[in-house]
Amino acid sequence: MLVLAGIAVIALGFALRFNPLLVVAASALVTGLAAGFDPLRIIALFGKAFNENRFVTVVYIVLPVIGLLERHGLQARAAGLVRTLRGATPGRLLLLYMIFRQGAAALGLTSIAGHPQTVRPLVAPMTEAAAEGSDHDPEKLRALAAATDNIALFFGEDIFIAIGSILLMKGVLQGYGIAIEPLHLSVWAIPTAIAALLIHGARLLWLDRRAKRA
Amino acid sequence: MIGLNLVYPIAGCVFLTFAVLSAGGRRWGNAAFHALLALSFLAGDRLGDLGNGCLVIALVAVAAFGRMRARRTDDIAPTRPRGAMLFVPALIIPATALIGTFAFKQMPALIDPKQATLVALTLGVGVALAVCYVWLRPAPAAPFREGLRLMDDIGWAAVLPQMLASLGAVFASAGVGTAVGVLAGQAIPGGSLIGAVIVYAGGMLLFTIAIGNAFAAFPVMIAAVGLPLLVRLHGADPAPVAAIGMLAGFCGTLMTPMAANFNLVPAALLELKDRNGVIKAQLPTALPLFVFNVVLLWMVIR
Repeated sequence: MLVLAGIAVIALGFALRFNPLLVVAASALVTGLAAGFDPLRIIALFGKAFNENRFVTVVYIVLPVIGLLERHGLQARAAGLVRTLRGATPGRLLLLYMIFRQGAAALGLTSIAGHPQTVRPLVAPMTEAAAEGSDHDPEKLRALAAATDNIALFFGEDIFIAIGSILLMKGVLQGYGIAIEPLHLSVWAIPTAIAALLIHGARLLWLDRRAKRA
Repeated sequence: MIGLNLVYPIAGCVFLTFAVLSAGGRRWGNAAFHALLALSFLAGDRLGDLGNGCLVIALVAVAAFGRMRARRTDDIAPTRPRGAMLFVPALIIPATALIGTFAFKQMPALIDPKQATLVALTLGVGVALAVCYVWLRPAPAAPFREGLRLMDDIGWAAVLPQMLASLGAVFASAGVGTAVGVLAGQAIPGGSLIGAVIVYAGGMLLFTIAIGNAFAAFPVMIAAVGLPLLVRLHGADPAPVAAIGMLAGFCGTLMTPMAANFNLVPAALLELKDRNGVIKAQLPTALPLFVFNVVLLWMVIR
């Protein structure tokens, strides 16, 4: 039961806001010591696992392409696409943005939109403008715009086969001797992605209906 | 056979370029961080287990104490704005990754079928980069300078998933899963499947709420409940157990101020009076979605 101390180290370390890499290393050390390993063996054990899990960090080789395209205005194009979403109501506009954001994330394009890139300059003001003449609380609408971005990102990105979380799962399972394809993991993200779209989409459309009645 | 022996040297060269460019900008912490990653990709197999362990210690030391600096990137002015064709190179990467994953499976003599996705991703990046060089005619180092800009935004968090996957391996050797599995087994009456599913998904949710990071919750919960109870005892397929468990954790990310960059930063960016306003707007979606994940996982295993 002593080996569970490592889990306590993670919970405590994250809660106290230490550098997460330091917390993970400390947790590995505590866990290994509790299991009766000597320190050198723990370092070797962690080093071996780190070397075998290098594929998790390979995804960053896409950044030179994305960065160059951003410099040539990729985010501006994405913003332009968002600007064409001129739904008449706040709910419909946010629903269209959600579909765009979730679809792009599923294709691995997670950084073309986001709170600084699209939500603050475009989605939030457009939603507020669409609500003019009705009795929506502007503060709530802005919060909902940010919420829509998060939900669409979280439940879209796992469909892409080469995203960090998918490779993390592959790496952890590999540590237990279970070999799994990234694609096999990402197809299981699809049902929840659809459910997220239906649940959040229904809320957004409900927002329009409620405002009409008011 | 082509596999990681192609992917890792390429990744190593990308990180080496990042290191050189960082050093050129006198950003020594960032340069050391990228140089260590380059060393890992280029020579990790020759360092030995202890050598790799020392490399990790150096990496953690740089991340924790090396003053890695981020740059503000929301002020990038496009040099020469281009049209909608800009999406084409960006879409080459996922298209190649997806098609390659299937196509490479048909040529096991040439390409390692276990690494088809990563080889295809690397190929996609190569093709997209070639298209960019021909079409946009950047300076040779320009794409890497731009990539480094994004990399600096991510900072040390870039290796967190790899570190957590490695921690999972240490947990496995130390028998953490067995220990929690015994505890959880006592808590779940009579080997009940729905009980195990609720404890697993609920554990992902609560642990993520507590620490603000589903990635960190995953190695713990998969070792504790996912593998010993769901996969071994109830014979579940590990793929949906892992994938749906992670998504249950993401529901937790939507509910916690600990996930500051998703929940508190936008509240500040949008000048909300209530700093938990974004979380409150997310709760009515996150809660039913969590229940959906529990039911889905239960139905898949049943």
